[in-house]
Amino acid sequence: MTEQIQGEWPLYEVFVRGKRGLNHVHVGSLHAADDEMAVRHARDVYTRRNEGVSIWVVRSDAITASSPDEKDPLFAPSGDKVYRHPTFYDIPSNVPHM
Amino acid sequence: MTLTPEADESELLAAFEATIERHDRIEPRDWMPEAYRKTVIRQVAQHAHSEIIGMQPEGNWITRAPSLRRKAILLAKVQDEAGHGLYLYSACETLGVSRLELTEMLISGGQKYSSIFNYPTLSYADVGTIGWLVDGAAICNQVPLCRTSYGPYGRSMIRICKEESFHQRQGYELLATMMRGTDEQREMVQESVNRFWWPALMMFGPPDDDSPNTAQSMAWGIKRNTNDDLRQRMVDMTVPQAEALGVTLPDPDLRWNEERQSYDFGSPDWDEFKDVIKGNGPCNRQRIAHRRRAHEDGAWVREAATAFAARAEGASA
Repeated sequence: MTEQIQGEWPLYEVFVRGKRGLNHVHVGSLHAADDEMAVRHARDVYTRRNEGVSIWVVRSDAITASSPDEKDPLFAPSGDKVYRHPTFYDIPSNVPHM
Repeated sequence: MTLTPEADESELLAAFEATIERHDRIEPRDWMPEAYRKTVIRQVAQHAHSEIIGMQPEGNWITRAPSLRRKAILLAKVQDEAGHGLYLYSACETLGVSRLELTEMLISGGQKYSSIFNYPTLSYADVGTIGWLVDGAAICNQVPLCRTSYGPYGRSMIRICKEESFHQRQGYELLATMMRGTDEQREMVQESVNRFWWPALMMFGPPDDDSPNTAQSMAWGIKRNTNDDLRQRMVDMTVPQAEALGVTLPDPDLRWNEERQSYDFGSPDWDEFKDVIKGNGPCNRQRIAHRRRAHEDGAWVREAATAFAARAEGASA
C-alpha cells in the first residue's frame, strides 16, 4: 500500500488476537527491519497490558486493498440482492422457531 | 488502480462533507481536502512529538526514584509515553507523511510539541504533579478526541486514553503519599504544584478569541471542544482533587461560581506561553538537542539491523 522510503525501515501492519475465540484485528502499524523484529516491536507497542494472545505482522506493501472510490462497482453485487437476507421472506406469525 | 472515472472535485468534496456531517469517520484512502489533510497531519504530529519529548522530564527521575516500586512504575509510564508517540506517528503516516520526515520536522523545529515539556522537573514531587496535572489535562483534551473525524487518530486516542488513567492515578497516589510524610515533603509537593499549575492550564492552548485554527478544526470534527471549554472542565475536575490532597492551587481568583455551577479562575500568563512556544522556555533547546542526539546516536543500530535483514533475506532466497 505504501512505498518504502529510502533509509527507513519498512512499515508493517499489526493484527492482534485479543483472546482465544476472537479474530485477529488490525491495531496499527510500526517500522521494523525484518519480520521477527516486527513481532517483537508489536509486542512492546501494542500488547503492554495483556491485550493479546497472538500477533500477526505483515508488510504494508504486501497488502492489496479496495479503494473507497470503487465503492459502487465493487460492492454493487451485494447491494441489490435483498433475497440474501432472512428478512426478505414473509413467514406466517404462527410458525414457531424461525 | 481506479475502476471508475475520476469524479470531479466538487462531488468528492460533497461526499467528504456528508461523511463529516453524519459524524462518520474519514479513513486513510478516502478523498479529503488538502487543507484537512494538512491540519490533521499538523495536529497528530504535534501530539506524537509531545509524547516523545514528554519522556524526558520524567525520565530524568528514573535513576533517582526512591524505591524499586516507584522506579518500576516510572519506567512503565515513560515506556507508555513512547508507545503513545508510536501509535500517533503510525496514525500520522497514514496521511502520506513518512516517519523520517516527522522526526526531521521535530528535531529541526519545523513542527511543535506541547509547551508543557519545556519546563524542568526540579524535584521528585514533579513526577507526581506531572501525572496528576499534566496527564490530567491530557485526559481532558484526549477523551473528546476519541470521536475525532479522522479514523486512525481516533483509534489511537482510544488506546491512549485507556492508559492515561494509570498515569494520572500513579501521580496522585505519589503526591498523596508525600502529603502523609514530613513537613518537608508536603512543602515539596506544594512547591511543585505551584510551578506546574499554570503551565498545565496553558496546555489547552490560547484562549478561544486568540485561537485561529479552532473554528475550522471544529467544523471538520477534528477538534470536538474549544480550548476554553476544556480548560474550564480541567479546573472544575481538579479543585476537589486538590482539596482532598491538601494542597493550594496558586490562583487568588479561584472561587466557586454558584450561578455558573463552575469555578471562576484567573488567566494564565499568555506572554509566557507565547515565549515558550517560540522556543524560549527553560528547556526547549535541551529537549530538542537530546532528541537529536538519541536519533543520531541510534543511526548505526538502524543501519546494522537493515544490513542484517538484507543478509538474512539474501541467504533464504
